[in-house]
Amino acid sequence: MNAITEPNGAAAMEWPDAGVSRVPFRIYTDAGIYQQEQERIFRGEAWHYVAMELEIPNGGDYKANYIGDTPVFATRDPQGEIKVFVNRCAHRGSLLCIDASGNKKDFTCVYHNWSYDFDGKLKSVAFRRGVRGQGGLPEDFDMADHSLHRLRTETINGLIFATFSESVAPLREWLGPRMTSHIERIFNRPVKILGSYVQYLHNNWKLYIENVKDSYHASLLHLFFTTFGLNRMSMDGAIELSVSGGHHISWSKMASDNAAGTEYQDGALRAMNTDFDLADRGVLKNWPEFPDGVTHAIQGIWPNFIVQQIQNCLAIRLAVPKGVDETELQWVLFGYADDTPEHDRIRLMQSNLVGPAGLVSMEDGVIGSFVQRSIQQDGDRSAVLEMGGREVESQKSRVSEASVRGFWQAYRGLMKL
Amino acid sequence: MSAIETRVERLLADYAGTIDDDQLEQWPEYFTQDCVYRILTRDGYRNRWPAGVVHCEGRGMLGDRILSMRRANIFEPHWYRHLVTSTRLKAEIPASEGGGWRLHSNFALVRTMQAGEQSLFLAGFYDDVVVEQAGKLLFREKTVVLDSNRVDTLLVIPV
Repeated sequence: MNAITEPNGAAAMEWPDAGVSRVPFRIYTDAGIYQQEQERIFRGEAWHYVAMELEIPNGGDYKANYIGDTPVFATRDPQGEIKVFVNRCAHRGSLLCIDASGNKKDFTCVYHNWSYDFDGKLKSVAFRRGVRGQGGLPEDFDMADHSLHRLRTETINGLIFATFSESVAPLREWLGPRMTSHIERIFNRPVKILGSYVQYLHNNWKLYIENVKDSYHASLLHLFFTTFGLNRMSMDGAIELSVSGGHHISWSKMASDNAAGTEYQDGALRAMNTDFDLADRGVLKNWPEFPDGVTHAIQGIWPNFIVQQIQNCLAIRLAVPKGVDETELQWVLFGYADDTPEHDRIRLMQSNLVGPAGLVSMEDGVIGSFVQRSIQQDGDRSAVLEMGGREVESQKSRVSEASVRGFWQAYRGLMKL
Repeated sequence: MSAIETRVERLLADYAGTIDDDQLEQWPEYFTQDCVYRILTRDGYRNRWPAGVVHCEGRGMLGDRILSMRRANIFEPHWYRHLVTSTRLKAEIPASEGGGWRLHSNFALVRTMQAGEQSLFLAGFYDDVVVEQAGKLLFREKTVVLDSNRVDTLLVIPV
């Protein structure tokens, strides 16, 4: 395998002959690859999560975010329509919305007061006619040529997605029926935000997404459940992949037998095969809230969006790349608007399991940087992905890297690698 | 400076020292049995979101955090140095509401990694409810409010 750098600075590389069961380390460290990802993935044939509808409930509300490196904002216009724009003034390129969220009557750039309406049209320019007949814009300056960059926007059950692509299929079609139905399952009724934070990772964004898609590291790296004898290796479950391989769902049912579920439910389950036990099992209290019996479901939406159900701890995550070796992991924890106080309380206690201080998952904050630090050289060596075979396919066993291989299949397709 | 402010300054110095000296098994002893300890982000505090980064109720959960850190969680070795300042009394809590005092204190927390890298890991304030039990001051509530919404890498040692 040889890697060369093309004259335009964009690195090209050949993928190993072994296909998606090998991942060259250079893919996580190369600035040229990173730039190509911006063009082909984040501004390419894919939809990207931007915000939740409930974050912009009123006309004029906006919420800023990023699609890859590109700042964007979602807004609800006075008529109620949701739109997404690149967050950049058409004049000199300044950020337009500086606060992360808020409410606007129009979008006026702080730099020179170019002002846009909710269609992104330039409506006024300060000193357009100059002062006392001197200065100002040329007579033939056409305001219509200087609109904001508006993105195709769609929503699914309260989640706002946007794309730079004019040709990518409509959102639900792009997601496919299985991924769509899973989003509809989680977002089946109005939700409310319970908490939100950012976890900053010192690794390439793809290392975090691979970690999410690799369900088999969970019982090995995350020792909280194992140490306290709460592991459920034999649970029913599966990994399901979309046709592209880019989306996945890994799900399991905590207890096929109802008795064990009841023990969890009342917090009485004793530690097994261990000398350690928690003094307070409140963090493990849960209730079966989905009729399908699935208690754990992680959905990865291509390329960097995650829908999480860990027992009753519901969350979305977005892994925003911040350069080749840093990632901003956004978390939003939520419950349902009609949750009872008891539901609120269970979700609050379970919130201890996730996030930067998550008893179960804090390790995910650092494991990617362990890889990032060790692969700065040997870029033509590869990671090995052969658990569960070498194929990209849905599987019953979660002791598998099939969904990680699926990520790379989709990646190679878009990146033309 | 009132007498309670001086006493709580000393309490906070001991509390921070216990964490910074890695005497974490003693950390829960600074709290009442029915305590609430939580770490909120700036936005979480402003928006009154219930779920923060950490939410512990009762000494048992505090001890479980330490047990999990010692036995289960995986992280790079690192240490804290707390700098706690500007302790001031906000309110005396009437006996009908459990008594005690509510105090605010600022903190900054320097994190040192095993390779020697030092950084300002967290800054913010403590919103504390302190009560006196058997002549000893204890935290009945300790809300750690971060100035940022972002936590670098992970948070395993208590703040």
